[in-house]
This record gives sequence, structure tokens and C-alpha cells, in this order.
Amino acid sequence: MDSYDTPESTPRHSASSRLKDYFIGATPLQKRLESVRKQTSFIPTPPRRKIPQCSQLQEDNDPQKVAFLLHKQWTLYSLTPLYKFSYTNLKEYSRLLSAFIAAEKQKGLAVEVGEDFNIKVTFSTLLGMKGTQRDPEAFLVQILSKSQLPSENREHKVLWTGWFCCIFGDSLLETVSEDFTCVPLFLANGAETNTAIVGTWFQKTFDCYFSPLAINAFNLSWMAAMWTACKMDQYMAATEFLWSVPCSPQSLDISYAIHPEDAKALWDSVHKTPGEVTQEEVDLFMDCLYSHFHRHFKIHLSATRLVRVSTAVASAHTDGKIKILCHKYLIGVLAYLTELAIFQID
Amino acid sequence: MRRAGPVLLNPGGGVWIPEASRPSVLGEVLLRTARNGGSQSGGNLPISEQDSPERTCAIMSSQKRVKDSQAQKSTSQVSNSYQTNLLAGEEKEDLNDSKHSLKHGQDNPAEDYGHADDQGEDALQIAMRYFEKGPVKTSQSKDKILEKHLKTVENVAWNNGLAPEGIDVLLNVALSGKFGSAVNTRILKCMIPTTLISEDSVVKAVSWLCVGKCSGSTKVLFYRWLVAMFDFIDHKDQINLLYGFFFASLQDDALCPYVCHLLYLLTKKENVKPFRVRKLLDLQTKMGMQPHLQALLSLYKFFAPTLISVSLPARKKIYFKNSENLWKTALFAVRQRNHGPPPEPLKLMLDPAQVRPVKRKWNSYSVIPALNSSSCSKECGKKGMTLSDYLSSNRSFPLEQLKSFPQLLQNIHCLELPSQMGAVLNNSLLLHYINCVKDESILLRLYHWLSQTLQEECIWYKMNNYEHGKEFTNFLDTIIRAECFLQEGFYSCETFLYKSLPLWDGFCCRSQFLQLVSWIPFSNFSEMKPLVFDHLGQLFFTSTIYFKCSVFQSLKELLQNWLLWLSTDIHMKPMMNSPLETTLGGSMNSVSELIHYVGWLSTTAMRLENNSTFLLHFILDFYGKVCDIYINYNLPLVVLFPPGIFYSALLSLDSSILNQLCYIMHRYRNNLTAAKKNELVQKTKSEFNFSSKTYQEFNHYLTAMVGCLWTSKPFQKGLYINPEVLEKAGIAEYKNSLNLVHHPALLSYAVSFLLQEWPEGRTVNMSSIRGKKWNWYLDYLFSEGLQGLKLFIKSSIHHSSVP
Repeated sequence: MDSYDTPESTPRHSASSRLKDYFIGATPLQKRLESVRKQTSFIPTPPRRKIPQCSQLQEDNDPQKVAFLLHKQWTLYSLTPLYKFSYTNLKEYSRLLSAFIAAEKQKGLAVEVGEDFNIKVTFSTLLGMKGTQRDPEAFLVQILSKSQLPSENREHKVLWTGWFCCIFGDSLLETVSEDFTCVPLFLANGAETNTAIVGTWFQKTFDCYFSPLAINAFNLSWMAAMWTACKMDQYMAATEFLWSVPCSPQSLDISYAIHPEDAKALWDSVHKTPGEVTQEEVDLFMDCLYSHFHRHFKIHLSATRLVRVSTAVASAHTDGKIKILCHKYLIGVLAYLTELAIFQID
Repeated sequence: MRRAGPVLLNPGGGVWIPEASRPSVLGEVLLRTARNGGSQSGGNLPISEQDSPERTCAIMSSQKRVKDSQAQKSTSQVSNSYQTNLLAGEEKEDLNDSKHSLKHGQDNPAEDYGHADDQGEDALQIAMRYFEKGPVKTSQSKDKILEKHLKTVENVAWNNGLAPEGIDVLLNVALSGKFGSAVNTRILKCMIPTTLISEDSVVKAVSWLCVGKCSGSTKVLFYRWLVAMFDFIDHKDQINLLYGFFFASLQDDALCPYVCHLLYLLTKKENVKPFRVRKLLDLQTKMGMQPHLQALLSLYKFFAPTLISVSLPARKKIYFKNSENLWKTALFAVRQRNHGPPPEPLKLMLDPAQVRPVKRKWNSYSVIPALNSSSCSKECGKKGMTLSDYLSSNRSFPLEQLKSFPQLLQNIHCLELPSQMGAVLNNSLLLHYINCVKDESILLRLYHWLSQTLQEECIWYKMNNYEHGKEFTNFLDTIIRAECFLQEGFYSCETFLYKSLPLWDGFCCRSQFLQLVSWIPFSNFSEMKPLVFDHLGQLFFTSTIYFKCSVFQSLKELLQNWLLWLSTDIHMKPMMNSPLETTLGGSMNSVSELIHYVGWLSTTAMRLENNSTFLLHFILDFYGKVCDIYINYNLPLVVLFPPGIFYSALLSLDSSILNQLCYIMHRYRNNLTAAKKNELVQKTKSEFNFSSKTYQEFNHYLTAMVGCLWTSKPFQKGLYINPEVLEKAGIAEYKNSLNLVHHPALLSYAVSFLLQEWPEGRTVNMSSIRGKKWNWYLDYLFSEGLQGLKLFIKSSIHHSSVP
């Protein structure tokens, strides 16, 4: 970008520099554009992925916090990079966000920042929740209610929880400058109105953009295959699929539950490359399920729409809702969700 | 208004008017009122002032009233004192009914203008001295004298305004409580400056408020007056020092709204303190949701977003009662006196953009975010801020104040950026700014926001939700406006096209979508073809002729944008080394691929649409740009049209098509000649020599054209038609059937030429057009507007070859 430093720099000239940068693909913006081009011109997802490995969590994680994230239903959002977000200001953000929430809740009234409300907002980092060292730290935002009782050991009731993370987000990290913090995956649990208020505050403060992250049937199949492939010591839940048949007046749902060990056996029979899942394997796995179902019920499931996948590792709904069950594969599940979120914000 | 004018001029000669000068003066004053009204309705002033016709009527009727009542009395007895008494009587009535006070104010200037002459001035001085000294206790006629002097002051004030010294004296009188409350009220009501009010007078007046000698209503009136006259106070620094005093007055419930208004006008950033915020919030809890408090709080939030959080109700609201009402006409007169155009009314409402209707999604209230300074995120790290940070943040220029281009230039180094970059789309000044800014993060913020918003709002991309189609269309229009303004496409739009084009139905937002295509930034065509043009092609071939025409239109614009881009950039600096195409040759390759693609598209389209003239017109329009690349854009590229287009145009039945073709051929010739010349001059730059194939192709086309239009020897080479077919068609002599006379597009011209020149001729003999007649015929064609043909013939045909 040395052309910027030339004395005859004019607006027009700066545009020309941009043009040159375009050719070189030097700026973050250009890298972004290139990656979009690649993605749209070829198959949107790479044909092979790693099977999630257990215990990818970094050692310094807080087991209590991790346990808190499991067995809850989270609504997924994708999030563009946060501008001028700083991990050193989390306290300040708590203060500002709680005042913002208080003001939103009583429309038309002004409230003092830092005043004592009956709610409290906390920001805290989720240590160790990352895929590589380059991934920014994940962080958690909670809205707590304060009980009015003056007792010392009053318990804060959690009204709403949301967390931001980036697991193996290299492809995104490469395309932004250091002013930005990339946490493309946002998961929320609690009242939608609270999500709306928090989201609005983030959008206003860090110039980012939240969009709901839906999971299409194609990606659900991938999840089904990858999660079935995970080694489990003991299975706590059945493997279950839900298909939706669009017919009026009411849509018809077909639920298909398999014993998890049978599912694993089926997977092992179609699986060839160790440690990896390929597109062919995913297709084959699903086709086997379809043909089995057809043999018994004479229904072509391939003509219907896959809307939910539940396994012992996690369960996901096409609406963009996820519940993670297994502590071991938390990072693996989040890595795939991060990938989907990055694809959406590209 | 017009009707009111002449009527008002007429009262001259009325019985009660003693001086000869009166009618004209009166006329002048009234006319001024009338004119004021006129300018108000057209311009900047509040709408409420548009009732001026009625007001003028009021003046007329009061005029009549005075006249009538006087006519009843003796006509000869006309004295100032009498008039004053009469009017004073009216005055009292008005005062009793305070609702009439407005009318009273306006009645005055018309009735008593006569006092504003020298005599009046003297009376004013006497009156001033009277007020300054205070009432003489012994005098029996105390009230009468007071009344007289009050009247004098009122007249002068309403007509010409009072000098700063006068206001100083009278404010002192009104607030010191020398007279009764009614008198104070009257004095305050006529505190109208000639031009300005001195700051000292205001400070002195405020100090009287502390003494507690004036009543509550006087205080209220004083604050209202202060708000109304705020703009006319010469300095405000001293007054700002009294901020704490005013702030303390908020506790008085009656004063609170007016003090709020005053504080709203007075508040600077340094006045916003945590303890004041707390006090205001206390007041709010005590008094509930009051608009005036909200306004002040919002202002505080604007200055110190980290201290306070306020969310405004969704409906639009006026925050302050109009304190100006009492002095409206007077204020207008003062502004006029102070010269210059009438300033815009005080901004009493918050930015309307901030008050938005509740929208369906939580994501945004409106698609494009409102313009807010990013002070919030900046001040978040307040604790870590150093002194220099504070100083620099003080210097930064808030966006909300950015109104003009010179302002932008002056503050370009310290401009605060919007907290949400998307807001720049609606602000042309900021578009200027981001166009020349070096900061990559600004562009990235805009890129991310725009990409996501397009994706979310796009009605067919995600959920086929056509309910909000209008909104999406408007959004696209805004983007296109910004792109046209910058003369540059956004990368977000390009990626949006990649993603959404495969799903587009070719119908929804067609015009916007195709415009986005024409703003795709210059890039490698072969890379882009599968992403954009293959999808567009599928729609193209299956859509109506109108769609095809619009596609050609937008491709023409795309070509033009690319050419402009390249012509300004490439000649500025030699391209840098890079793995991608950075050479001029590479760029030219990309452009020529685009042109060849359009050539292929147009040939196929012509076949599909049965050589439609309409379509051909759009295609030739595209080639109108192509033929001039070398000369107009100084880029080394000449690409000819494909034969399918050339011959369709040459044998078209439409003369305008033929004319267009002639023009394009003429321009091709000029471009190629220029290129050839340059090649001869600088032999070194061999890279961009056009292949001889281009010249051959052109010559081939040229020969065909001359053969068809001039020499009647069409298609000498390379075309064989079975003679039997020609015989069947009855045109065995086809060779002589194609020239300017017999060409199907020009045949009608030939006929009308013959009919016009030889109207008596019984038969129209086409072949008679030769020799001299041929030249006349040519002139006739040129005069019929076939300028392209003219240029072509002048440049490409030697006249010796007249058949």
C-alpha cells in the first residue's frame, strides 16, 4: 500500500490504489472477497472434515463454566467481527449494558449508568474455549436478577445467557485487521427480547451484525455423520432423526430413532479414511438409513426434509437451535458451527 | 396575500389620520407584515406562521374599529394623548384576557406607528428616566403617568425594538419589583431588542431572581423571555457560568419546563456532571416521564453517553412548549433587522431519525442505522485514558454537526466516525470522506455490515419473504445512489450478486439488480463469468425482449464503468508486479472478453427475437461505447462487432438503425486510424499493436457497406446465392437493387424526396436519382437527420465514385 504515501494522493488516486490492491489481493478486504469467490464458485463445503477428537479443550478451562454450557438449548447466530472490542474493558461493558437494558425495559425513562437496578449484567471470559492459540478468547454475557431481599447470601437468578466464540476461525481471522475481534458464533439462551436488547447494544457499540444461523439439511447430515463417528464410552441418548413432510393442512413429522451402537456400526461399515469424514461417506451413511426405512415403510425419506438430528454428542435443529450433550466433543461441535457461521458472514 | 395588499394600501385619507405622511407609512408597515407572511409560507419559518392572512385581516379590522370609534367622536380632536388613552383602554381588556395577548402584540405596531418618529424617541427617553428613577410618590396622577410611559415604551419596543441600554434599565425595573406584577409583566413582554441584548443585562437580571422580590409568574415570564431571546444575547459565557444557579431552579415545579429549555440551549459538554445526571434522574422519578426532562437527559447522553442511558419512546414528540409564542412577530422583525436571511427555527426536537417506528425484527429499527458518533465505544476505556486522549477527544468533530462540505474539509482530520458505519449510505458528506480515507477498517466495517444486511433483507435469498419487497427495493436504491455518487461499486454488492444471482427470478427488483451488475468493480472477466454472467445468461435467454434490452443497457454501463476506471488508473502509474493480472494487457484482455461475451449474447438474442429492431437498437448502443474505446478512454483496444449484428443492422428496415450503424463504422474508422498513426509514431510499444485481423475485418465490413449503400455492388466476395432463388424472388437484378435509393430502410426517403422535388411527376422513377439528383438526394437525407450516414459518407467514400 505504499502508493498511499505518494504526495499526489487524491481521492481518485486512493480508489486507484484500491484497484491495485485488488489485483494483488493484499488488503484484508481483498482476501475476504477472494475467499467469497472461491466459496461461491466451488462446492460450498470442503469435501472432507476431521472427526472431532476428544479433549480438545485447552487445559486452563473452568469445568464449572463448561458444565454450565452443556445440556442447554442454544439459539445460534452468526456475528460479523466486533470493531474495537477489548477484553480489558469487560467491567465497563457490564456497566453500560446493564444501564442500556434498564433503559430499554422502561421505555422513555433515562437511567444513570452504574445505578443499582434490579438486574445485573456480567461479562466473563471462557478460558480455554478455543481451537488454536490464534482464536480469540470466548466470552460469556449473563443477565442476572437481583432479589430484593437484603440477605447477604442472596442468589442471583440467571435470566439470560449468551456466549461468543471462535473455534478454528483461521479463515476469518486472516481477512480482518487488528481493530476487529472475530467471534463469529453467538449462542443465546433465554427470552428472545433479552437477546434482542443485548444484540442491539452490541451492534450499536461494536458495529457488528447478528443474523440467525439456520442449519440446512445438507449440514444436518454432516452433523449426523460426524457425531455418529465420535467414540463414546457409554451412550446416554438415542440417535434420532426427524424428517418433515410438507403436506397440508398440517405437516407430517417422521421420527426415526436408532440405537446409538447400531448407528455407530453402520457408520463403521461405510467409513474408510481414518480420522476423516468425506462427502461420499456422509451420502452413503444417509442413503443406508433411507433404504432401510424404505424397506420397512415404503417411504422415500430422501424426498422429505431433514429437520433435526439428535445424537449422544449433541442435537441440532434446522431452525438454528443446538444442545450440546457431551463434554468431550464440545470443541468439535463448536468448530463445525463456527465454520457455518463464517460461511454465512462471508 | 395579494388580495390583502391593495386593500391595505387604501385606508389613506381616513378621517382620523392627521399627518400627511401617515397613509404611506402605514401602508409600508402593513405591507411589510404582508410580505413577511409571504416569505414565511415559502421558506424556513415554522408552519404556524402561515396564518398570516388572518393576522393581516385582524389588523384591518382593528383599523376599522379605531376609525369607526373615532368617527363617532369629534373629527377635529386628534391628539396623541387621546389616542393613547383609547388604546390603553383596549390594552387593559387584552391583559385581562391573557389569551388575547398574542393578538394584542400584533395589533400594536399597526395602530401606533406614529409614535415611532422623533417625538416618540423623546418620549421614550422621558419614559426611561421615569422608570429608572422609580415612581414619584406624591404625584396623584401616578397611574396615568405610568400608563403613559409604559405605552410609549411598548410602542417603541414593538416597532423598532429597544437598545441594549434600554433593555438593561427596564429588566432591572421589571425584576426589582418596584412596580406591581401587572406592570412587570407588561414590561417583560415588550423587552424586544433592536438588534442584540447585552449579556450583562441578563446576568444582572438573574441576580434579581435571587433577591426574591418578584412573583412566580414574573419569573416564569422572565425564563420564557430568556429562551425566546436566547439567540439575540451577544455573548453567553457569563450566562453559562450561572449554569449551576439555573440548574438549581429546576426544583421549582412551575419553572422547571422553562428552565429545562434554557438549560437545553445552554448546556455544553463540560456542564454535564455525574451529580447533575443524578439530580435529573431524581427529578424524573419524582415527576414521571416529562418531555422537557427527557430532552435535557438526551442532550446529556449525547455529551456523556457513558453516564446515562436513555431510550426514547417510539412516537415523535415535541419536547418544549413554544416559549417564543408571545414574541413571535417581534422576533421575526428582529431577525430581519439583524440582516441576513431568517435563520432556521430553533431545533426543539431531537433528530427525527432517532425516533423510529418499531420494526419487525430486533436486529434493526430501520435497515440503515441512524447516524451516531462513536463516542460510546471510544469512552469505554475511560479509566485508561490519558490527558492527551481527553484533549484529542475534545477536539474531535461530532458527526451530528457536520452539515456542509467546507465543514468536512476543515474537520477532516478530527472527524468522529459513526458508531455504525452503515449510516454513511445516507450521508453524502461521509461518502466523500470514506472515498478518500486510508483506513482499511472503515471499509471492512462497511463491507461486513452491507454484506449481512443485503443477505438478511434480500427477499428471495433466504425465506422468499416478499412482504417487505418495497423496503428492500428502497434499500437497493439507496445503495445504487451511493455507488453512483462515488462512481465506484461496493465489494459487498459484488459478493451479494454472487450469492443471490443463482436464486433470482429475474423479475423481483429487476431494475435495481441490473444496476448492481453494472457497478461490479473491474475484475478478471473469466473469473467472474461463472459467478455472474452464466447465471444471468440463463435468465436472459428465457426472458422477454424487455429483459434482454435491460441487460444490454446494464452491460453497456458496466463496460463504461470499467473503461472509466481503467482509463483513470492505468495511465497514472505503471501497474505493479503481482501474480494476478496487473498488466495493461491483462486488463485489456478482461475488457475484450466482456465485449466478446456481449457479442455472443447479442447474436443469439437477435436470432431468438427475430432480428427485433428494438433489441438491435440496444445492442448498437453497446457498440457505440465499444467503437470509441481507443479515442475516448485512451485504452489500446478495438473490438469489432460480430457479423450477426453487422449484417442485421446493415439490412435493417429501420433507417435509425442504419444511421446508428453508419455512425459506429465512422467511429471505428477514426479509432483505427488514430491507432495506426500512433503505431507509426512510436514503434517501440509493440505489445498493443492491433492484429492485422482487426483491420481486415473492418475493411471487410466497410466494403460491404459501401457496396450496399453506394456502389450497388453488394457482397462481391464470400457470398453466393443460388441464382434460381433470386429468380424465384423476382430480384434477379439484385446487384443494382442495393444502394442509398433502393435500400429498404431508405426507400421511403427516396420516394418522399422525389415527391417533394417533382410533385407533378406522375410516376416515381427511383432509378432517376443519379448524377446531380444523387447529390441533392444526399443533402435531403442529411437534412432528415441521418447524421451518422453523413459522417460515414464524408469519411469513408471518395466523392469521385458518384455512380
